[in-house]
Amino acid sequence: MTDESREREREELPDHEQRGLHQAIEVRHGDSGAPAVEGVEPKRRAAREAIFHLEDVAVTYAAKPAVRDITFDIGRNEITALIGPSGCGKSTLIRCLNRMNDLIPTARVHGKVMYHGQDLYASDVDAVEVRKRIGMVFQKPNPFPKSIYDNIAFGPRVLGMKGGMDEIVEGALTRAALWDEVKDRLKTNAFGMSGGQQQRLCIARCLAVEPDVILMDEPCSALDPISTGKIEDLMLELEKEYSIVIVTHNMQQAARVSDKTAFFTVELGEDDHRTGRVVEFDDTEKVFTNPSDPRTEAYVTGKVG
Amino acid sequence: MTTAQQAVGRASTSRRAKDLGFRLAMLVCLGLAMLLLGVLLVDVAADGAGNLTWNFITSFSSIDAGQSGIQAALWGTIWLMGVCALFIVPVGVATAIYLEEYSDNTKWWNRLIELNIQNLAAVPSIVYGILGLAFLVRGPLSLGPVILAGGLTLGLLVLPVVIIAAREAIRAVPPSIREGSMALGATQWQTIWRQVLPAAVPGIATGVILALARAIGETAPLIVVGAATFIAFNPDSLNSLFTAMPIQIFDWISRPSNDVNDYRPLAAAGILLLMILLLAMNSLAIWLRNRYEQKW
Repeated sequence: MTDESREREREELPDHEQRGLHQAIEVRHGDSGAPAVEGVEPKRRAAREAIFHLEDVAVTYAAKPAVRDITFDIGRNEITALIGPSGCGKSTLIRCLNRMNDLIPTARVHGKVMYHGQDLYASDVDAVEVRKRIGMVFQKPNPFPKSIYDNIAFGPRVLGMKGGMDEIVEGALTRAALWDEVKDRLKTNAFGMSGGQQQRLCIARCLAVEPDVILMDEPCSALDPISTGKIEDLMLELEKEYSIVIVTHNMQQAARVSDKTAFFTVELGEDDHRTGRVVEFDDTEKVFTNPSDPRTEAYVTGKVG
Repeated sequence: MTTAQQAVGRASTSRRAKDLGFRLAMLVCLGLAMLLLGVLLVDVAADGAGNLTWNFITSFSSIDAGQSGIQAALWGTIWLMGVCALFIVPVGVATAIYLEEYSDNTKWWNRLIELNIQNLAAVPSIVYGILGLAFLVRGPLSLGPVILAGGLTLGLLVLPVVIIAAREAIRAVPPSIREGSMALGATQWQTIWRQVLPAAVPGIATGVILALARAIGETAPLIVVGAATFIAFNPDSLNSLFTAMPIQIFDWISRPSNDVNDYRPLAAAGILLLMILLLAMNSLAIWLRNRYEQKW
């Protein structure tokens, strides 16, 4: 690509796309310390307080390990991306962080999952309390078959939150960048919205209960590129107040929005059982421009996966 | 060229002929079923329509065929359906919720429960009558041959139908809704009560109406439980003696008819009324399902 064509491209793309796309393109084989992007500030990487501390975490389904030897920290007010090929346990791991794996009878979580220094899986910890603080957005938008208003109000109502419901709903929809689009039809059924709007509704629903952390399991994979862009912009806004963990198949997305990236790979164990592990966990910039592990490099340069 | 055309032409005609033949055969079967049903309905209507008057509905049964009416039996049926519904809805829905949401179906006792429910749906109705007689009318509860006993007996009879319908309705709610609710911090009960059940209501309502439509025509269990055949009053409490429409119809048919008192047109009118009620209930069930069914 010549410099002029790059310049043109940079002008046409929105902010987050510019930075990430160039990051993705600039990765070169064996390149050490090359600048990630010309003329665009990389995300500030001040030392962040760790919200989650995972140590030797493993998850087994019916005694067969799906993911193992997971050790890394997740920082406050950061976006941490979990990337890797299909079937390497990214979704399994993210579901550990809010105890959603409790809903699967055969699943067992081993190792330590510490949240603000407390073991999430201690016997006196109530999973319902955990999920109040750690919210989740799913791959396929799953609005309830109720009105938009009732969708957002559901969480606060079941949790017994005090305060005017109207204000809570408006606040959540505003923070999810959806208020202007739906303020005139709050009482209509949520199923009447487009896919992108439904996903933003799910994010608003999650925000209404005032969580600390938002987990996103491939939130954009069922959406078109424009909706995806809107949600990525939203993530960058939300990052200021919440901590976000995102699983994504889209490398460019990880490069665009995340501060830290964990790269997963899958290993074949005995009797052909596939187990996922984290190969590398580092600043996103480093993972994409100068990865330490050859497997990471092969994945991010598109050689495999 | 000509050979190809001929080849294609030949295959096409024979296949189309088979297709047509199959459709014709299906239409004949459908027509036969409809015809039989139609003949029955027309016959009943012809005999009974003339007698289905307001007088008929508001009179009590009497030896004098001209004065006889179905009022006691009609109210008896209504009371029975009321008791039946009040019993099957909470018990049936609660059982369905337990089986779908709480029970771990790898445990043998839960599988036993499921198997039993499937079996109970197929048990002949007279067996339920004997059960009612032994445990409700006499035995431990000793209610006597009253509305409460009759209603509960019918309730037991159709309970498996409600459980099965409610389970289907609950199962139709996608897991993503439950996950979304739990992920917000709702407890399992809150999820069931506020998300799953409301979404399953149309299916459950349809199941309940269909169950009642079955119960309304059951005669054998009511005879065993002790529904009276000749009663000239409406039930006024759960402890009343009672009769029901199928019993009344059976009584009218069983009596010898002569020129002075011909009970057969009365029976026909009773049958017609019963069928109208059935048609209304089934139509309501279908309308409810179509109107409120959730398309995920």
